[in-house]
Amino acid sequence: MTEHTVTAFDAELKDLQSTIAEMGGLAEKMQADAIDALSRQDIKLAQQIIAVDARLDHLQREIEEKAILTIARRQPMAIDLRDVIATIRIANDLERVGDLVKNMAKRILAMEGHFPPQKLLAGINNMSLMALAQFKAVLDAYTQRDAQAALAVWQRDGEIDNLYNSLFRELLTYMMEDPRNIGFCTHLLFGAKNVERIGDHATNIAETVYFLVTGQNLGVDRPKGEGIEPTA
Amino acid sequence: MSAPVSLPEKVSVKNLKFFYGANLALKDISLPLYDKKVTAFIGPSGCGKSTLLRVLNRMYDLYPRQRAEGSVMLDGEDILADGQDVNLLRAKIGMVFQKPTPFPMSIYDNVAFGIRLYEDLPKSEMDGRVETALRGAALWTEVKDKLDSSGLGLSGGQQQRLCIARSVAVKPEVILFDEPCSALDPISTAKIEELIDELKSQYTIAIVTHNMQQAARVSDYTAFMYLGELIEFDETSRIFTAPRQRATQDYITGRFG
Amino acid sequence: MAFTDAKLAKYGRRARGNRVWMTLCMAATAVGLAMLALILGALVMKGVAGLSPRVFTEMTPPPGSAGGLLNPIVGSLIMTAIGVVVGTPLGVLAGTYLAEYGQHSRLASVVRFINDILLSAPSIVIGLFIYELMVRPMGHFSGIAGGVALSVIVVPVVLRTTEDMLRLVPGQLREAAFALGMPRSLVIRRVVYKAARTGMVTGVLLAVARISGETAPLLFTALNNQFFNASLNQPMASLPVVIFQFAMSPYKEWQDLAWAGALLITVSVLGLSILARSLSAQRS
Repeated sequence: MTEHTVTAFDAELKDLQSTIAEMGGLAEKMQADAIDALSRQDIKLAQQIIAVDARLDHLQREIEEKAILTIARRQPMAIDLRDVIATIRIANDLERVGDLVKNMAKRILAMEGHFPPQKLLAGINNMSLMALAQFKAVLDAYTQRDAQAALAVWQRDGEIDNLYNSLFRELLTYMMEDPRNIGFCTHLLFGAKNVERIGDHATNIAETVYFLVTGQNLGVDRPKGEGIEPTA
Repeated sequence: MSAPVSLPEKVSVKNLKFFYGANLALKDISLPLYDKKVTAFIGPSGCGKSTLLRVLNRMYDLYPRQRAEGSVMLDGEDILADGQDVNLLRAKIGMVFQKPTPFPMSIYDNVAFGIRLYEDLPKSEMDGRVETALRGAALWTEVKDKLDSSGLGLSGGQQQRLCIARSVAVKPEVILFDEPCSALDPISTAKIEELIDELKSQYTIAIVTHNMQQAARVSDYTAFMYLGELIEFDETSRIFTAPRQRATQDYITGRFG
Repeated sequence: MAFTDAKLAKYGRRARGNRVWMTLCMAATAVGLAMLALILGALVMKGVAGLSPRVFTEMTPPPGSAGGLLNPIVGSLIMTAIGVVVGTPLGVLAGTYLAEYGQHSRLASVVRFINDILLSAPSIVIGLFIYELMVRPMGHFSGIAGGVALSVIVVPVVLRTTEDMLRLVPGQLREAAFALGMPRSLVIRRVVYKAARTGMVTGVLLAVARISGETAPLLFTALNNQFFNASLNQPMASLPVVIFQFAMSPYKEWQDLAWAGALLITVSVLGLSILARSLSAQRS
């Protein structure tokens, strides 16, 4: 893209974009750490995750302030307008992702001493890895302004939903097997719900990227995994 | 170019070419002005947007060596045709200029002048028409106590609204604005924009502006012109959020050239 | 930026050059102004001595006796009035043609060129022209011939100022009037003239100032008259011609009257110029 006549405008847009990249990197790391912390029952790592979330919140506020200033100062139009709006929206999604991972980390802390057996963790682990892959893909789509890649992420979200539904049934079985399982199974269930929501946020970001690049909104009927939607 | 076909076209420009001497200033322009909508013309200096506006009321007739080819239909009648009475045409298509141009006479006469050209009204009726026009231009409360003082004594913004009142007074069907706010302060500009918004319920409006935010604020449709060509014509919301043409985007985002 | 010695030296040369140039300009101005002051001084000193109420109430006297300037004053007023009344409409209309209708036509540039020649034509030539045109056919000198000769001087002045003033009216004002659907003649008469009015009046005033001092065109046309005369068909006295005649004479009374007349003309021309100035200042 050619530069603006006013180069300070370019600098502001680049700054917003790089802050998004920083937020994305942090959120990605948090997710990866959460997966590790859960499988290794690593309390310390979980505590670190909680600490990192504060930084994510801070960056989100920073982006919001900078974006508002840019709108006030530059009155962005067309691609620039979409760019600024996209950073605000994506920052919001990333901040929410951070909250969800933090929540997961808190659950790991809560499960201290009553960790479920490893075989029970396989499902949520799988799902988390899939969500993380989606998340990475959509961040790449953002940095490369790739509408097709964003569309692909958007279409894949149904898979996570399906995984969530089968995990839900699995955990339900364990709980019925033995009431002592109910405690950690509930934690895992909520954790799985969080992961499913992270997938939703990845989809949101995909929609934003698609809008950013093409100027068009994706349709309302996103492919959903079929099946039950339990009220959490 | 996408536009709802259902909208009636007040003015239809078809294959318009315009020459300054041997110089081709407009290259085969075709676009509509939809009835009771505001159409904005944007583009860098020299792109032909003002020229296009001056074709619409045949202002170019005043100057030798300027000529237009193609057709401009106003309600189905070609205004470029030889038989067209330009004075009648200009009474139907009013124009407001870049710099305020009040006539050197009283505020009242400035407005009444155009009316007197075509109508003989008794004083009381004329008073009413003048008041209506001044109210229509959101100027009445500011000048009602000094109608007899010179129009040149008003502020720039007031003068421009006086000019709008003068145009409105003769009850035109289309009003052309040629950069109406470029000599005004931001508050006066806001008043004119507010006015344009009100006027569009009764008139078809075309506005040339260098201020893209202004085009985005006041218009329903926007035409982007460059080097005498129409690059893109679309709904304003589309042009300013997601234009189809790269050149349009580069221009409105400040990346031009 | 560092001011090195070389730079300062160069700057010093510039500054000295500037002072020399300014001194030359001021000296030239001073010489001109001094001349003007001398003329005005002599005029006032000698003229005021000759001024008295009789100047305005009595006729020009025969040599050696006292009298006034009543008949030349009235004659000058009458002939100036004729000059303005005949010359102004012609000048205004022709100026309007040049500025509004024929801007780019070939005829207009020819007219403009001829007008410029007329503007600087020696006034004695104009006097001779009217002599041939009117005085010879009529068989005698007359006030009307004098007035017409003056009008020939008025026309180019008024034409030029009218054209210039109309051209100063912004094109957008014209376009704004046209944009209301006004025909051209109305645009010119109701809008453009109104905007240029003070400038045009200034032009007429300047023309009056110019002709009120003219001697040469009147010598061959109105000649002179010792007596009061309101008939346009008779030779008519005028201030410039009387001054010319009296100043050359050996008689003290006549010379004093000539000085008084010269002062009168100068003061009225000065007054007109100031009026014209203040009008055009008001405009801008």
